[in-house]
Amino acid sequence: MALTNEDVQHIALLARVGMADEEIEVMRDQLSNILAHFEVLQQADTEGVEPRAHSADVTSVMRDDEIGECLPIEDALANAPQRDGDYVRVRAVLD
Amino acid sequence: MTNIDVKGLTAHQARQLLDSKHVSSMELTQAFLDRISAVEASTKAFVTVTGDLALEQARQADERIASGKAGPLTGIPMQLKDNMSTKGVRTTCSSRMLEDFVPPYDATVTRKLFEQDAVLIGKGNLDEFAMGSSTENSAFFPTHNPWDLDRVPGGSSGGPAAAVAASECVYSLGSDTGGSIRQPASLCGVVGLKPTYGLVSRYGLIAFASSLDQIGPLTNDVTDTALVLNAIAGRDPRDSTSVDHDIPNYTAALTGDIKGLRVGIPKEYFVEGIEPGVEKAVQDAIQVLEDLGAEVSETSLPSTPYAMAVYYIVAPSEASANLARYDGVKYGYSTSAPGSMWDALEKTRQEGFGPEVKRRIMIGTYALSAGFYEAWYRKALQVRTLIRREFDEVFQKFDVLVSPTSPSVAFPLGDKTDDPYMMYLNDVFTQPANIAGIPAISVPAGMSEGLPVGLQFMASHLQEEKLLRTAHAYEQATDWHTLQPQL
Repeated sequence: MALTNEDVQHIALLARVGMADEEIEVMRDQLSNILAHFEVLQQADTEGVEPRAHSADVTSVMRDDEIGECLPIEDALANAPQRDGDYVRVRAVLD
Repeated sequence: MTNIDVKGLTAHQARQLLDSKHVSSMELTQAFLDRISAVEASTKAFVTVTGDLALEQARQADERIASGKAGPLTGIPMQLKDNMSTKGVRTTCSSRMLEDFVPPYDATVTRKLFEQDAVLIGKGNLDEFAMGSSTENSAFFPTHNPWDLDRVPGGSSGGPAAAVAASECVYSLGSDTGGSIRQPASLCGVVGLKPTYGLVSRYGLIAFASSLDQIGPLTNDVTDTALVLNAIAGRDPRDSTSVDHDIPNYTAALTGDIKGLRVGIPKEYFVEGIEPGVEKAVQDAIQVLEDLGAEVSETSLPSTPYAMAVYYIVAPSEASANLARYDGVKYGYSTSAPGSMWDALEKTRQEGFGPEVKRRIMIGTYALSAGFYEAWYRKALQVRTLIRREFDEVFQKFDVLVSPTSPSVAFPLGDKTDDPYMMYLNDVFTQPANIAGIPAISVPAGMSEGLPVGLQFMASHLQEEKLLRTAHAYEQATDWHTLQPQL
């Protein structure tokens, strides 16, 4: 499973992780090596086997839509890198 | 004030000292803070030491003790891995991304321990976002193994394991996604339990891989494991995956009697690559179990060789989704570089995450991406079904399974940092339990090259009583858990 620089750039874009050129090279080799070891999975006979996203036998959990305990605004904003009054300040979304 | 020897002190021993008024919680807590001052420069097991908070909690605990209302953990100093939220106390995940993050609420485990008058002495170091097997991925500093300071403590709960082994706290809580409690417990010579998935609430545990993560105790002995599990287990409405299960008194399960217990040895766990000293210790341990009257025989879990690939597809996939929240907007690190929202997002994540976290986000993003989802992620989930099914079948015939916890003893710092895949091999025996959601425990079971060896027991879902009974019976028949590092 050999990835190209373009593959890595594409994945990095999907993941929104910025990468310098030298990081892309290292990542390409490391990911290719790791994925090559995981090729072993293709040998497993999974014909007719249901996928299992969870180890526990979980089902959807419903609750009544009632207002409970809420985080005070000051607490919710305390960790915000930039705030403006009672709002989180963000960079321009539209160019 | 009595001279308190904190080395190897267990919670049940501390309880006697406190209840008999030999020492106060204030004195005990100060003794541990003194111990931290003496050895922390060597071990680096803590990201944050909460001395003032600890002494205030100890003062309150002393009032509880004086009024005759002490519980099993009242006034006893403990540590939490630094990925568990503590209101008002910085919780970093050992990441630049959360270096200054102060949670506005307590994790459920934090709240439960505080309600039982526990004393928080600090927050334990970890591999960044719990991704790693050596604690060398901490963005701040590596933790050192108390048995040999040039070696790793294991990971990702290396801080908790080293802190307990070095007697810097009585017990600690770790999290285990693929072995992150058991492997460091093994390498540091302490007891580490990963409970059944859902037995302990994950609310306030900073998410890595949500279908695999589970919180559990690291302790000096199995009696303490039961005491701490009693305190933290149980259904939590704030974690919809927590199981609705009547929590027994785990301490009552420690009868010492395992006559007739059916112990399985899965042959796939005894393969090439295990160090001879580790294999010998495990074989000796199996003999001890037989001497105690257990019925030991070999069994097979044929899909075991696929477990690592399943783990390293599933865990990064979930991580890539969970870590999407770190956008530099609501909390956490935010780049100061100029640019648009998209530029800032990419820069924030480039600068805020370390190399291993980026690697896993990339693997997961790849495995979930269009064109590769079927071949990687879906395939891994199908094999996950096979692994779970095989455990279900084997547990029809056996009460517990036994294996090494780790193929090796603690390795030198820097030994495996150049090759991510070599590092991944450390958790080959611990990952299957997470994939299947079953409980597993590592207990000290010998020494090899002067370093601790861990023995792993696994049991079926919610069979913690059986698991702890077995581990306790083994422990009581040996004295490995009483050995202390020269530190």
